[in-house]
Amino acid sequence: MTTLPYLVAGWLFLVGCYGLATSRNLVHTVACLTVAQSATYVLLLAVGFRAGATAPVFSDVPVGTRVVDPVVQALSLTDIVVSATVTAVLLALTIQIHKRHGTVDPDELRALRD
Amino acid sequence: MSRRFRLVLFVVVAPVFAALFFLAARGLPDFGSEFHPYGDRAVAVATGQRATANVVSSVNFDQRGMDTLGEEFILFGSVIGTVVLLRPAPEEREVGRREAGRVLPTTRLAGYLLLPVTVLVGLYVIAHGQLSPGGGFQGGVVLATGWHLLYVAGRYAAIRRAAPPTVLEITESAAAAAFAAVGLAGLVVGGAFLANFLPTGSLGDLLSSGTVAVLNGAVGVAVAAAMVLLLSGFLEQAVVLRRANGEQEPM
Repeated sequence: MTTLPYLVAGWLFLVGCYGLATSRNLVHTVACLTVAQSATYVLLLAVGFRAGATAPVFSDVPVGTRVVDPVVQALSLTDIVVSATVTAVLLALTIQIHKRHGTVDPDELRALRD
Repeated sequence: MSRRFRLVLFVVVAPVFAALFFLAARGLPDFGSEFHPYGDRAVAVATGQRATANVVSSVNFDQRGMDTLGEEFILFGSVIGTVVLLRPAPEEREVGRREAGRVLPTTRLAGYLLLPVTVLVGLYVIAHGQLSPGGGFQGGVVLATGWHLLYVAGRYAAIRRAAPPTVLEITESAAAAAFAAVGLAGLVVGGAFLANFLPTGSLGDLLSSGTVAVLNGAVGVAVAAAMVLLLSGFLEQAVVLRRANGEQEPM
């Protein structure tokens, strides 16, 4: 099953999207977005894995040791930072929506607008 | 879009995505394969010419420093967005915060004991970003966590006094500007934006890797200030702000 880790990433993405589609609470929606985004961490790290290799840090191991791909790890770091900051902005928006409308249910918000 | 419509949309689109994703995954190199051309080159450059033991830091702050500059400004922009969104509304006012309402003495003691440890770990993670796992982003978050141990210890007013939002905003902006300034210095000295113009030293030394260590420091300060700003923005919503008529926020 050499494709299993990639399929786990796809499954995580779909689970997150299912949560986004059926959410009844904006805080839950933001959490589902985080789950969908975490699929990219799994995918990136799975792409960079090399069987039996160690971390790409040469402070304890000699140069020339087999290591996993550092490029995708750097991408994952960027991904996590962006995910965290986007989550903060969306939660701030949720707080303001709750203050203005007194609800965080997307369907009730829709009913208010109509 | 009603919930029913969203669900129908999901049920229609998800199998299509699943099928395409499955085909794409089958076309990828096998999990754990030896085929990593970019990774091999990044490792060779980082351990050779650039003398950076932590190759991930080398990719982030040296080989692809431009991307991290963009990332830094995404962080900056979203902090500005959050601070603006969470500013007090006209009908809200600040209420006096009772100092240390119901904090158990043991919780307070744990907060005080862990604070210096956390700050030390945060500084260590930032300073050794070029040598060991970690760096500015990770260490900055650890530093900000140390700050919020003061909140757990019931010292919210002390946090506000020690780090007023204005000071944090200036620190955050100055650190982001320092990143760009190092990039411009690389343009002047090294001939390319974000060129690694400092002496790289020898692999494994604390003073190795040239600009990677400097940029790690700038990012560490920026991330710590950003996290404290973000968390204190949310804490303020929960702790300090009340509707002017004295009604408790239901959240």
